[in-house]
Formats: sequence, C-alpha cells, structure tokens
Amino acid sequence: MHPTAPAKLLRAYGDRQGDGMVQMSFVLEVTPSARAREAAKRFAEQHGLSEPLVSTMETCAEGYTYFVVYGHSSHAVDPSAIDVPEIRTEALSRDEIHHRIETRLGRKIVVVGACTGSDAHTVGIDAILNYKGYAGDKGLESYKCFEAYNLGAQVDNEALAERALALGADAVLVSQIITQRNCHKENAAALVDLAKRAGWRSKVVLLLGGPRIDHKLALELGFDAGFGPGTKPADVASFLVEWMCGDRDRAVMT
Amino acid sequence: MRVPMDESKVARCRKLAASVADDVQRYIDGHTSVGAERTFLRAFGVDGVDDQGAPLVNLAVDRYQKAGLLGRGISHWLGRALAAGARDVQDAAERLAYAPELDKGEGGPDLDAVERALAPQAVAALARIDTARAEREANKAKARPGPNPLKYVIVATGNIYDDAVQAKAAAYAGADIVAVIRATAQSLLDYVPHGATTEGYGGTFATQENFKIIRRATDEAALDYGRYIHQTNYSSGLCMSEIAWMGAVERLDMLLNDAMYGILFRDINPCRNFIDQYVSRRFIARAGITINTGEDNYLTTADAVEKAHTVLASQFINEAFAKRAGVREEQMGLGHAYEIDPWIENSFLLELAQAQLVRQVFDKHPIKWMPPTKHKTGDVFQSHVHDAMFNLVGVMTNQSIELLGMFSEAIHNPMLMDRYLSLKATKYVFGAAKALGDEIAVKPDGVMGKRAVQVLDEALELLVEVESQTIWKAIEVGAFADVKRSRTGGKGYQGVCPRAPDYVNPILVALEKN
Repeated sequence: MHPTAPAKLLRAYGDRQGDGMVQMSFVLEVTPSARAREAAKRFAEQHGLSEPLVSTMETCAEGYTYFVVYGHSSHAVDPSAIDVPEIRTEALSRDEIHHRIETRLGRKIVVVGACTGSDAHTVGIDAILNYKGYAGDKGLESYKCFEAYNLGAQVDNEALAERALALGADAVLVSQIITQRNCHKENAAALVDLAKRAGWRSKVVLLLGGPRIDHKLALELGFDAGFGPGTKPADVASFLVEWMCGDRDRAVMT
Repeated sequence: MRVPMDESKVARCRKLAASVADDVQRYIDGHTSVGAERTFLRAFGVDGVDDQGAPLVNLAVDRYQKAGLLGRGISHWLGRALAAGARDVQDAAERLAYAPELDKGEGGPDLDAVERALAPQAVAALARIDTARAEREANKAKARPGPNPLKYVIVATGNIYDDAVQAKAAAYAGADIVAVIRATAQSLLDYVPHGATTEGYGGTFATQENFKIIRRATDEAALDYGRYIHQTNYSSGLCMSEIAWMGAVERLDMLLNDAMYGILFRDINPCRNFIDQYVSRRFIARAGITINTGEDNYLTTADAVEKAHTVLASQFINEAFAKRAGVREEQMGLGHAYEIDPWIENSFLLELAQAQLVRQVFDKHPIKWMPPTKHKTGDVFQSHVHDAMFNLVGVMTNQSIELLGMFSEAIHNPMLMDRYLSLKATKYVFGAAKALGDEIAVKPDGVMGKRAVQVLDEALELLVEVESQTIWKAIEVGAFADVKRSRTGGKGYQGVCPRAPDYVNPILVALEKN
C-alpha cells in the first residue's frame, strides 16, 4: 500500500470489493422446516450477516439440522488499530544458521522437547525436532549446530525439567495438542511455575507450540515464544539463533 | 484390480514372521505380569474398588507381587483361599488383598485341592465369555451389519453420556462402527478406573460400566436403523488384557489391539507388552472380537513413502503373534493408512498400490484402512477433498473397515456436523465407485505395479533382518516407526515376573485349548 494512502478497513471479500460475503455452517437443535430455515436466517443475521441465503438445510442427526448460509457481513476491521506481539524472525537459510551459531556462539544449541502432561500426540514436536521434519523442511535433529532431544509424549513437567537440566538445555520446547477444557494452558503454565520455583526459568528459552497456540497466548502463559499451526523447523531454528546469538530484539517484537 | 504379488515372497515373509513370534512366545510362556494376573481375577468374577478407587484386583495382585509370590499365579492363591473356606471368589480375593496374614503357601490345601476348588470357577468364567459371544451373534443375525467397507467413526467427548448420544447420532448418519476414544493418559494407568465417568481429556475413560452404556446405545441404534452397529474400544496400554476381558463380557465387537504399539508409541516395556498382548488376545480369540492393529501410526512418525514396507512387515508380525494367541485370520483387522504427502506426484497411485497389496496379502482378514491425519492442516475444504481420495482407495481396494477422515482433523475433536458431512461424502464415494476396483486392471510394469513389488521386496528384506537379530534388537535399533526402545526400559517392567514351576492358571489353560 502507498504510505500516504488512508488506513483501509478490512471487509470480507467475496466476488467484489466491499461485498462482505462470508459463508457459515452450523447445527441447530431443530428439525428441518420453514420455521427452521427462518431460524437459521435470523441466527445468521444476529452474526451481522445481511440478506442471508440458507443454501443447505439437512437433518444431520435426529432432532438436529445442519445449515450452510451465505450472507453479507456488515463488519469491518481496522488493521492499523491492532497491536499483536508477533514473532518477526525471518527464516534464515541453513547455511546462515550454521554460520551464526558457529561464529557467535561457538557451540551447539541444546534443545529438549516433549508433549507434556497427558498429551499423547507427538505430531507437532516430531515435525519440529525429528530429522525428517515437516513438508520438506528437515527438523532440528538434522542441523549440525543443534543438539535436539525429543522426549516424546506424556512427559510430566517434572520429568521434562529434570532431563532438560541434566542435558544442559538452552531451549525447552513444549507441544500441546489436546485442548479440551483448556488443559493445555494449565499444563503449560505449570511448567513455567515449576521453572521459576526451581530457579532456572531465566537460564532457558521456553517455547510453546500447538494448533491452538499463538505467540500472544504463549507470552501470557509465561513462555518466551509461541508457534502455531504451519510452523516449520526452520522457523524455530531461526528464532533460536536470533535469541541465542545476541539479536534477541530481532527475535521478537513485543 | 490386482497388483503383482509374488506368492513365494509372501510365504517367506510369513515364515520369517512366525520365527520372530516364536522367539518371543518362548519368553511369554515362561512369564506373567500384574496386568495379566489381574485379568484372570476379573475373569473369575472379582470386582469392586476400595474407598480410594483402587480396584480389588490391583490390591490382591500387587500384594503377592511385592511378596515375590506372583510367579505361582494369582489363581494359585485364589484357589488356596477357596479351598480354605472362602465363601466365593469375591470373598477369596478380599482375603488375598486384606487378610492380616499373607498366605505364603506353607501348609494348607495341596495343589490338587487348589485345582479342584478353581475348576468350577474357571468353567463359569469361560461360560460368561461364551454367553456374551452368543448374544452378539444372535444380535447380528437380527440386524445384519452393513456392507464393506464398514464405516468407522470416533466419538470423544469425555462424558460417557454425551458419547452415547453422539454414538446414536453417528449411527443415524450411517456409521457402522462407533469407537469411544480413550482419555489420553489411560494407557499409562496400571489399573482400570471403575464406574461411569463424565470427565476425561482427549476422550473418555474405558471402564466396564462405560462399555455397558455405549453397548446399550448402539444396540438401540441397531434396532432403530435395522443395521448392526459395532462397538469399539482400546485394548492397549498397561491394562490391555483387562480391557480385553471387559470387552469380551460386555459384547464389544472390536478392540484396538496391537502386539507392538504400546512399546513403540507409549513407551511400555517390551517384556510387559508382549506378555499382556498374548493374554489379551487369548480372551479376544475366545470372544470372537475383531482386533484392529496400529500400523497406521508408523506413518505418522516415519515417512509414508520411504517406510511403507515397515507397515507390511509389521502386519506379518502382528498376524504371527495373533495366530499364536488363537486369533483367527477373520478376526485380524490389520491396520494401514493413507498418510503419503498429498502433494507428491502420483501420491494417490502409491496409496492405491499399497492398499491393494495389503488386501491381496491378507485376503481373509478384515483389514482396517485409516485416513490421512499427518498432512491435514486446518483447511477444512482441502481436507474434505483429501478424505474423498482416501475413500476412493478404500472402496476400490475393498477394505473391510474404514475409519472415516474428518475435515476438522488437526483442529478439534469431531463435531456432530463434521461427522455427518464425512459420512455423507463417504456414502457418495463408496456408492459412485462401488465396482471400480473390479472394472480395471493394473499395468504390471506401471507406477502401481512397480510400487507393489518394491514394498513387498523391502518388507521381506526387513523381516530377514528382524528375524536374524530378533524383534528385541530390531525394536532397540528403531526398525519400526523410527522409534527405539530397550528390552528393560519403558513403563511397567516391574510388573513382570517369571512363572514358577507350580504356576496355576486354569482359565489360561482352557483358553489355550481353544
């Protein structure tokens, strides 16, 4: 955008500028009928959709109906008024990562990761740490300048802390996939508490990842950074290089 | 449609897997575990928990394990209590758990008296399983199961009563099989929780009462919709054999049950796991339950193109272990999955080749086809297309059991609508392409033909290696799922003990006669 252009409000873009078109799908506890269709329409209107079109109305279970509705959203958002902490590290090349760690740190960065608590889903931590990585981007194990330990699933905070200290971890990665009733938040916050109580919080960089994690939430929970869906190993590697090799301000914009 | 398959290579694979399993079976036959012994106590009819929620079977078995006396089998001690005048098995088990003086086997009833006291109890234990099996078979005759591939869906609310509602909703929408996914930490609990439960993370606890609640719901749904609805749960983790018994008497139709899954993915000690899988499968065989093995999981940690052969090799091993526990081929739902990176050129052809190969190698087996998960991103629309391609492979290769993909995979546990849309799309693909697999032939030297040959060759190579170094070593070096586990490491090893020469276990003896 031209720097002098006026701030633009964001509206949903369907077919034409400013039409505000969105699609929503939902279930209501009602059987299909003309009244149900009208109920779905009003439900959509209450969400700010004008001229809602109920394009689908089908029974999806006894007494429950599934709807698809299109409509014009009346809402608009001013992006210039938004202040969100964002990890702004740009992914560095593999060579650059090696070079910086070698010349500025002169030793390997030790990373310990786990799915903590009752969480048994290692897909996230595996993608970041294991050699194979994710979507063609190899994991931290594949870097000569990282020493990566993947402790796997269902690791207690205490066990993670013990191993991390024993291995001399620079960074601890926690993956939380299961989010029922916010157990991921409690669990993650408990690790931060544990680290503070045991006096090693300031000695490590704490990273949190998972499908429902973003940087803002991670900071709120007392972590140093949060990584959401789509994060690649190179993103985490780059972040750690910036953090560990003196450019901490470049690592995060707070 | 058939892919090229060298029968002699398949036969060699089976022979190698048999040798792998025989080696472990010799170990199993000389050992028992706290989990296995608790299962036999339950089978005798011992039930209940103390005021802390600790099951009586745990209290009794742990006491004898700590005293170093479990090697003779908990049945031995139960039989002594019965012969010494206990009113019934429950009273006898309470004596084992709570009697001020621990019976150390000095004096008292001799081995003959012990066996006489146990004999009618063992008959009753087996009859209970057989009755449940007969009832299931009668129900299946009344409301017949739908056509293959059977459509399998998961419910996972954490609250068993909500699960029951969702199970019926799924049946309404066309599901044939309902699995209540377990609370994630349960596999590592060394006891089975008691009673109906309404709180669980990532799923709902597997308890005997919860099994009853879902059975009731699925039985009602079968009557309502005129189609048999199968119930599934998880016989895995430290209580895999106890869950198997509960499944047997509560008429479950399927159990997730794998010879090695616990070792690889839950870090359960290999010795413990091999003993427990054997005992669980003895009950499963008797009950006529279909097992679902977990090879699909290999491809979530290892690469689905490079490591496809590890799935096939593991299926041969799972089959060999199951055979040694008396499980028939018709009960073996060997698992595999659609987990290749969808953006790779011809990824669909590679999936199709392997699915067809597995179908041909395991032609009597109710094989289980698992949906994409690893490459799901949260783009629900793309995800729905991805699942449709998976469904196409499922119907073309005549898979027996298909766990349906959910477009909200990687976002949240499936909602009512997600499941409905998945079932709707699956119905469409299964119907629209019903005879496609019979209509077309595969070029022997094309992409698919070559892929099938390559996967079988590599599986054979891996089995040669595993057989020569034993499964213990193979697991140590990460042959499966890129996961490494040592023989004495992992959870639950302290619950393993060698069987003594006077090991008594009439239920196991009866199951082994099957």
